[in-house]
Amino acid sequence: MTAPTETVTGEIGKRRARKEDARLVTGQTNWTDNIALPGLLHVAFLRSPQAHARILSVDVSAARRLPGVVAAFSGADFAAEQGSLPCAWPVTPDIVIPAHPPMATDEVRYGGEIVACVVARDRYMAADALEQIDVDYESLPAVLDMESALTEGSPKVHEAGNKSFKWVFANGDIEAAFRDAPVVLERTYRQQRLIPCAMEPRAVVCAPVADEYTLWSSTQIPHVLRVMLALVTGVPEHKLRVIAPDVGGGFGSKLQVTAEEVLTLLIARKLGRPVKWCESRSEGNLSAHHGRDQLQRIKIAAEADGRLRGLSVDLLADMGAYLMLVTPGVPLLGAFMFNAIYKMDAYSFKCTGVFTTKTPTDAYRGAGRPEATFGIEHAMDDLAAQLGIDPLALRERNWIGHSEFPYTTIAGLTYDSGNYEAATAKAVELFGYDDLRKEQAERRESGDPVQLGIGISTYTEMCGLAPSRVLGQLAYGAGGWEHAAIRMLPTGKVEVVTGSSAHGQGHETAWSQIVADKLGVPFEDIRVLHGDTQVAPKGMDTYGSRSLTVGGIAVVGACEKVIEKARVIAAGLLEVSGDDLEWSPGRWSVRGDPEQGRSMAEIALATFAAHALPDGVEPSLDSDATYDPDNFSFPHGTHMCATEVDTETGQVRIRRYVAVDDVGNVVNPLIVDGQVHGGLAQGIAQALYEEAAYDADGNLLTTTLADYTIPSAADLPTFVTDRTQTPATTNPLGVKGVGEAGTIASTPAVVNAVVDALRPLGVTDVEMPCTPQRVWRAIVAARGATA
Amino acid sequence: MSKINLTIDGVRYEDEVEPRMLLVHYLREVAGRTGTPIGCDTSNCGACTVLLGSADGEQLSVKSCSMLAVQADGSDITTIQGLAEAGGQWHPLQQAFHEEHALQCGYCTPGMILAAADLLRDNPHPTEEQVRDGLEGNLCRCTGYQNIVRAVLRAASQGVGS
Repeated sequence: MTAPTETVTGEIGKRRARKEDARLVTGQTNWTDNIALPGLLHVAFLRSPQAHARILSVDVSAARRLPGVVAAFSGADFAAEQGSLPCAWPVTPDIVIPAHPPMATDEVRYGGEIVACVVARDRYMAADALEQIDVDYESLPAVLDMESALTEGSPKVHEAGNKSFKWVFANGDIEAAFRDAPVVLERTYRQQRLIPCAMEPRAVVCAPVADEYTLWSSTQIPHVLRVMLALVTGVPEHKLRVIAPDVGGGFGSKLQVTAEEVLTLLIARKLGRPVKWCESRSEGNLSAHHGRDQLQRIKIAAEADGRLRGLSVDLLADMGAYLMLVTPGVPLLGAFMFNAIYKMDAYSFKCTGVFTTKTPTDAYRGAGRPEATFGIEHAMDDLAAQLGIDPLALRERNWIGHSEFPYTTIAGLTYDSGNYEAATAKAVELFGYDDLRKEQAERRESGDPVQLGIGISTYTEMCGLAPSRVLGQLAYGAGGWEHAAIRMLPTGKVEVVTGSSAHGQGHETAWSQIVADKLGVPFEDIRVLHGDTQVAPKGMDTYGSRSLTVGGIAVVGACEKVIEKARVIAAGLLEVSGDDLEWSPGRWSVRGDPEQGRSMAEIALATFAAHALPDGVEPSLDSDATYDPDNFSFPHGTHMCATEVDTETGQVRIRRYVAVDDVGNVVNPLIVDGQVHGGLAQGIAQALYEEAAYDADGNLLTTTLADYTIPSAADLPTFVTDRTQTPATTNPLGVKGVGEAGTIASTPAVVNAVVDALRPLGVTDVEMPCTPQRVWRAIVAARGATA
Repeated sequence: MSKINLTIDGVRYEDEVEPRMLLVHYLREVAGRTGTPIGCDTSNCGACTVLLGSADGEQLSVKSCSMLAVQADGSDITTIQGLAEAGGQWHPLQQAFHEEHALQCGYCTPGMILAAADLLRDNPHPTEEQVRDGLEGNLCRCTGYQNIVRAVLRAASQGVGS
């Protein structure tokens, strides 16, 4: 079903400006680095300047003697208590999960690994003292290239070798699909390494009081972090409170249990004093986890008319030096997405996780799905070119028709709903597809040095992580539920407690809209509490576009329980049977006599007074709910990008970008549009601008925002965004995730457009990021090949 | 230690500071104006942008991470915390950022708003392209800039820089 226009009767669906903004636009924020405590000490970490080395000695004595320095430690000082940083996703029974001490003790395996620290009265003194630490290293060979890392005789990152795991999935007869296939396409694409670069650098504060600890961190996952810190450090879970105050973006980079969090807690425990650590941007680029980094070998077997027979994917995924919280699981999320929106007879997926002496990788916006979507959507454009048919026609020939839902894919997921025809039709119209194709033909004809390219991406993705049962089948270490609670205050105001942990998404606003509609209380009378394990004691936090589709549904469940409790109390007040009452948002009234009723505010006050409650009824309306989804959510859409590519300079300019997304029902269109815009920017950035680059010795070259070039306003176009609305059938709000969709869809749309512009010149791929130099080199190479 | 005198958001400060102390650290840690955040260490991101001028002169935007506190001696500084009018009425740019949903995590927002204020002072009626070019020194990772540009154009249409 597709509803072209949004009709709004309640709060849900309204373009509400956000509640969060009041503190954010006035500077009344509470970033972790803003926290000031009496006697607060500052921690600075000394990091390895080498990609791979044995630590022969660490001498911190000179640092310790400086004025203002309270302590200095090396790895040996923590050896007995620091444990190993957790990997919660052992994807195969024989996976190699190397020990990962938060502070290195005998060997460093990437530039930026922590080898020592200083604790001082202020950050300047701490920085000075770091320079007095003497570390003696014996250099070991860097391991930088995944393919050579897997060859016999390669230097080893870990004693057990450079292979972490091999994970396979197959469905259908892949050999039969390729046997005698009229058309076979074979491609290798590179997913470059990215740095998430949330604008707020990471920061941690830990305050001990007796044997109890409060830890503030710029994290997406206060609840998961609390459990993991307890397990790693032995601080009992009930004596540890974790707070995520205002958090300045995450994009997966703060979905982590970091060395710095563990060590800040251990330092506070050692010293019995409050300590703070704030990273610099260059420290963050080096040591906060990176994203992507895959080599994708893709083979497609097809009929002569383009119908897909089989898809074979063989990935190498760079783990970096260690497995962090969900490192090995990230590429496997892609396993279920390479088949995308297409029907086929057979599918084979293999992924080898490889260790290198680089910063560990882990979740970055989309986590596995952008990589897969890039691979298949690039391959579909290449296949269309090989067959000489329109790339839209090829997609239409293979996609799941809207009448075929629910549809179980070759990868084993059941897509509940979708309408690829509607989204594509809308995108074609908004984009002016036919006119742009005409212009493209004219420019090709005239030999215009600036060629026009058109790129298409018809994506879907799996999000709303995740059904706990599925996570268990995939060997993930936790569930995928979410928790919410409603507290009805005596004056009729409402506090909503959520286990989702917002860091820019706008939950305070969206949850208020949901509760306002469900309980019939004014939007302004609702306050949302989150991000503190003492205030919101249960949660699975925010990542994987899960907050609305899982956390939001938990909020709905808690509201329903409040309403039922209110029915019992209202019945007592009205001296009627609960069955004789009917609910209209905000009020229980007597069926057939609507004058006789009680508002939620009246019921809340009567519950607080508790003078006249029915026998055996507790004086509380407060309720909580924990929701575990039955299925993922599957947003989809069609994105189209037109690029102008200067064939003389290699410069790429995005001329037009149209995104038509279907995220089901929309709670707040303003927020949804914002999520799409930001997602597009990050996906376009991967296509055109960003890469974490290393030199031949394994030194990261892109340690600053001068080298790691995240786009500015001047680098991006104005996007045209629109929606189709096919409600999810798997949750009561009919909503789907939106946080990652823009990023997932946009990278292949842009690269396809760049390649499309250059196909007449013989170019079949441009490695990302498609910088002017790369584009120009691809043109020169293609000319050389055809000359 | 060096003595500095300056005005921040209408309040006079007199402090002894280390000559090497960055202005942004002075604002945050000595003056307690933590509304100004730090996003990088190479003056690329602009999160720490404030408006700075002489006591009787015009205020220009500066990145407070790329200036020493001692260099701000004698100056008059407006941070995001001093932009609203006394009494709490938001500056039109703050209002426009709110209404256009020009912020998500909000970390770049103080710098973005103050850079935009300077942009509109310089060019009260910019085109979209001029807004995009004018804000090139301020990075945002959440919004894709679309609504930031809208917010600045909206504030311009309300006569902010005129």
